[in-house]
Amino acid sequence: MDLSWMAWTWQTAVFFGVILAMLLGMTAWEWASPGGNPRRGVLGLDTTRGDRLFISLLGSAYIHLAWLGLVGPDLGWALALSIAYAVGVFRFV
Amino acid sequence: MTKTWNNRAWFMVLPVLLLVAFNAVIPLMTVVNYSVQETFGNNLFFFEGVKWYQEVLASERFHAALLRQFFFTAVILLIEIPLGVAVALSMPRSGPWVSVCLVLMALPLLVPWNVVGAMWNIFALPDIGLLGYGINALGIDYNFTRQPVAAWFTVILMDVWHWTSLVVLLAYAGLSSIPDAYYQAAQIDSASRWAVFRYIQLPKMKRVLTIAILLRFMDSFMVYTEPFVLTGGGPGNATTFLSIDLVKAALGEFNLGIAAAMSIIYFLMTLLVSWLFYTLMTRGEEQ
Repeated sequence: MDLSWMAWTWQTAVFFGVILAMLLGMTAWEWASPGGNPRRGVLGLDTTRGDRLFISLLGSAYIHLAWLGLVGPDLGWALALSIAYAVGVFRFV
Repeated sequence: MTKTWNNRAWFMVLPVLLLVAFNAVIPLMTVVNYSVQETFGNNLFFFEGVKWYQEVLASERFHAALLRQFFFTAVILLIEIPLGVAVALSMPRSGPWVSVCLVLMALPLLVPWNVVGAMWNIFALPDIGLLGYGINALGIDYNFTRQPVAAWFTVILMDVWHWTSLVVLLAYAGLSSIPDAYYQAAQIDSASRWAVFRYIQLPKMKRVLTIAILLRFMDSFMVYTEPFVLTGGGPGNATTFLSIDLVKAALGEFNLGIAAAMSIIYFLMTLLVSWLFYTLMTRGEEQ
């Protein structure tokens, strides 16, 4: 199947590969422990682990955009901040 | 009763997953790919990293379009929601006029968006349109094709005409679901008209009004066809909202990289607001 029309680069392929790996990881997690581990966290929201992944990914996108707009194009620290944010979300939200 | 967990049920969502993959996920992935590259056509792409995102975030043109978009959305929400509730409150609750009112209210919603734009374009023309001619006859200089304020006035008026009915119908549905016992209790307590609205009708309409605000926010934030047909984003850039600016960049200037980066930022904003509203709505349900 020719996918060249999608204008792939290895960087975006890695990006989507990581997202896919996360989704597969979440599927395996759900398989091992069904039910999504619902709970009410610090924000007062009822979240499952799927919700927590969504909040982490959306927040990370905003962290990267804010870093890009306010600091500069070197996104290493933005990535580190996003990982810390995601850990925080999975732990407390 | 304990719930039975059967993960094989997930296979039932496979068809819809495939459908969404083809009409949303794959195009979105392509847009992400475009957003980090430059192209001069002929399917030749050059990697540029996050350059387009940086340009869009620093672009005054993008900021201006975003500001216009938020302003438009805020204005139409501030007009349409109270107006919709007011109209719903004044509609009859029973009798033959109910159907007449409901059909009249539904009419603007049935008109295709491009037809609404074309209709208002002719309606507001200062020389031959009823609205434009009428305003000018009152001694007010009005020409939406060359005055930014007149263009904004016409775009907002058009949106209010087209979409207030949706709020009316939703609010009316909310009002119809209030049992008579509440009104009888209010009458016994000799509650004022305002007290009935504040403590009975408004709380009972909370759910439908949240849905109305969500729908109107999303639709107005993505508005394209009506203002494009009416003003084409003009005069100048006065009514160039985010979606119009995006189409100008992508199809008018063929700046695929910048347009793709704009799309992703636009998408993230829509996603955040949708999530916020969804969370608020489902939270309200639980309470």
